[in-house]
Amino acid sequence: MLANFGFGALLITLLISFYGIGAAIYGVRRNQPAWVESARLAMLLTFPLISIAALSLVVLLVAGRYELEFVASVTSSSMPTYLRITALWGGQAGSLVFWSWLMSAFATAVTLRRWDRDREFLPWVIVVSLITLAFFLILIIFFENPFERIWRLPNGSFVTAMFQPAGAGLAMMRDGQGLNPLLRHPGMIIHPPMLYLGFVSFVIPYAFAIAALITGRTDDRWIRITRRWTLVAWLFLSLGLILGGRWAYDVLGWGGYWGWDPVEIAAFMPWLTGTAFLHSVMIQEKRGMLKHWNMVLIILTYCLVIFGTFLTRSGVLSSVHAFAQSAIGPMFFGFIGLTFVASLYLLLQRWDSLKAETHMTSMLSREALFLLNNLLFLSILVVCFWGVMFPLISELFTNQKVTVGPPFYERATGPLFAGLLLLMGVAPLSAWRHSTAKTLGRAMWKPFIFSLLVGVLLPLGLGVRHWAALLGFWLSAFVTSVTLYEFWRGALARRRKSGENLLLALWRLAGRNRRRYGGYVIHLGVVLMALGIIGIEMFQTETQGTIPRGGSISLGDYTVTYQSLAMFDTPDGRNVARAVLSVEKNGRYVGELHPRRDYYFESQQPMTIPGVRSTMEDDLYVLLVDWMPVSSQGATFKVYHNPLVNWLWLGGFVFILGTLIAAWPEKDAEEAVERAPRSAYAGAQA
Amino acid sequence: MEQTAMMEKSAPGRMKFIVGGLLIVAAVVYLIVSSTQASAQYFLTVDELVAKGESVKGRDLRISGAVIGDSIQYDPQTLTLSFTIAAIPGDNKEIEAQGGLAEVLKQAVNDPNRARLVVSYNGPKPDLLRNEAQAIITGKLGDDGVFYANELLLKCPTKYEEAVPDQAGS
Repeated sequence: MLANFGFGALLITLLISFYGIGAAIYGVRRNQPAWVESARLAMLLTFPLISIAALSLVVLLVAGRYELEFVASVTSSSMPTYLRITALWGGQAGSLVFWSWLMSAFATAVTLRRWDRDREFLPWVIVVSLITLAFFLILIIFFENPFERIWRLPNGSFVTAMFQPAGAGLAMMRDGQGLNPLLRHPGMIIHPPMLYLGFVSFVIPYAFAIAALITGRTDDRWIRITRRWTLVAWLFLSLGLILGGRWAYDVLGWGGYWGWDPVEIAAFMPWLTGTAFLHSVMIQEKRGMLKHWNMVLIILTYCLVIFGTFLTRSGVLSSVHAFAQSAIGPMFFGFIGLTFVASLYLLLQRWDSLKAETHMTSMLSREALFLLNNLLFLSILVVCFWGVMFPLISELFTNQKVTVGPPFYERATGPLFAGLLLLMGVAPLSAWRHSTAKTLGRAMWKPFIFSLLVGVLLPLGLGVRHWAALLGFWLSAFVTSVTLYEFWRGALARRRKSGENLLLALWRLAGRNRRRYGGYVIHLGVVLMALGIIGIEMFQTETQGTIPRGGSISLGDYTVTYQSLAMFDTPDGRNVARAVLSVEKNGRYVGELHPRRDYYFESQQPMTIPGVRSTMEDDLYVLLVDWMPVSSQGATFKVYHNPLVNWLWLGGFVFILGTLIAAWPEKDAEEAVERAPRSAYAGAQA
Repeated sequence: MEQTAMMEKSAPGRMKFIVGGLLIVAAVVYLIVSSTQASAQYFLTVDELVAKGESVKGRDLRISGAVIGDSIQYDPQTLTLSFTIAAIPGDNKEIEAQGGLAEVLKQAVNDPNRARLVVSYNGPKPDLLRNEAQAIITGKLGDDGVFYANELLLKCPTKYEEAVPDQAGS
């Protein structure tokens, strides 16, 4: 019953979306604001309606209604309630419902903003948001319906269908198969929602960009409106990526955090264009340049968001994430192609009105360095896109499927990331409009010398000889010194002017220029993450061995000694084998580790949980690989030493903190903008 | 007046930017091409590998096949893992046409006439390695005809896609 109710709610939402699209367009064409207002109310309704559908599904999941195929495939009786709720995004059909739910939340939120200064955008924002939403609803209703039940036909065979086939009875299942154990980790519970939030919130800036193109109001108004939306989208996407890395590190048991898996890249690509966009809109705001470029970036970001959802969901590429093959692949492809072509068409229509107001003159000016930063981000995007598409491209042209693995990405993106770090150090010191090597050098020499001392001599003294690592450390030190120097200079200048003490001056300074100083904090976060990445990528060591009880394995300064192993069943349906190891560092006892292997009965899948000793200096990461029958009592362990890796997670925190500072609302954010005429439904005719 | 002055001034300036941009594009193209050549892996089915034999020895290869459960041998002392995979089609469409991945894997394992390949790997035994799993293996073909893997990726489609009700009636 509830299944029908939830399905009905989805159907009604789809009809309302169609109505909203039609009413908005009709309202503009006929210049009748009442129709646009009606479309706005239609969009307002989507969130409550999809909430009904999503909550119905959650109730069915929690109640364990295994006659629903989706419920049976992601839950089981032994799962606790919170996992049953999060199972909503544990499978294909449910995650599409979840995606639409978040999308409708943003769509509804955007209808509630104050529209009086930019009413002409409203109908087109409605149209773009609702088309996106309708696309996902169509996918759910016609292709991936989570409310479908399993029926038994009179001839004894089973079918999956939404409505009762003639003569069929409902097949009752005693228990479901349970959520994939890999997805039962706290990181995995928050990671998909964050990523999805990041994905869907990029739809809003895109909708405003398209509205600007259609209405011809091509000044930077759309950018100013969507600045905070973009930052919020970017915040969630970054958070999703960081949490995903942490999950991989904790759960996947290969001692890494990022494997250049196609699905990881799928989430990374919109982040790249989004980051480029965040930087380049500043140039449009300050200098009136790069208007075409910004449009291209937001269009690309939107298409990559859909493409990312498509890659995870279509099974077109082999990947640990793509756990399903399905018919929705071609639909996605069609939708992306259509929106991309339509967006580009609109952009070409308005090409002339988007001409830059000034030209770039100096290659070292702030705007030129920002442009370079954009080129580097886009180059990384091209590398990623090439790597993901290469199997398909090569198959098309040579009939031979050729893939590229992590070494390709590392090799091709390494220099580009290094270039970005260097720019992060130079760009904050260069001036708008005009900068020369001489002025830059004068601004830079103090932090430069300091960074050489800290970033090169210090690691050399500690015994680092690898040139790439030294370069990485120097770049990190350089960015850090420049950034801190900027804070210092700003605070000093403010103290001189206002007479405040230095701390207060620093606080007020950052508070008055949240975007700028939030951005600097983000840069510091990136540097810390870079330290962690250099540590684990270049200095990771590993060993493995089988040892009897009381035996030891040594790696670097560490010695682990195998003490005991216990096996026991848990009430949530696992059999756990848990080893106890004592750890010594340079001969001194520092603690115990408990690597373990959980075997999930219902899914018949084991899962390896590492024992990790974390310090800011390094992680000792031990996996229980195998163990002998009771008699000989030996066990096999794999031991990783991951230097500096915790700087990666600390950097992640700082990064998110910086984004929050930059996105924090300012009182006078929109006051500078002049009022637009109120009845501006000129729209397509303008 | 000011406008024209600026245009004139920017003409050589523009050239600078175009040259700079082209240099960057060239560098990126070089990076992509050289990295592709350095790390390309040929994706073959077991059938194709058997057919090509000698010609692909020493190349980086990626092979996909169905794991035969009885063949899995693991020595935890030396962490040496060995198992046999049976040929499955490489094309998604073909797999769908034959009844889906789970069905294809099952047939492959139970068909003694399929081309097979012995795989050797050194390291921990992956959690998902078992009968009728799909293995995607990266490595090189040795002179002894054994495939030496340096990376294993396993997928078990059966568990999460196909629900077979264990009790019927309502």
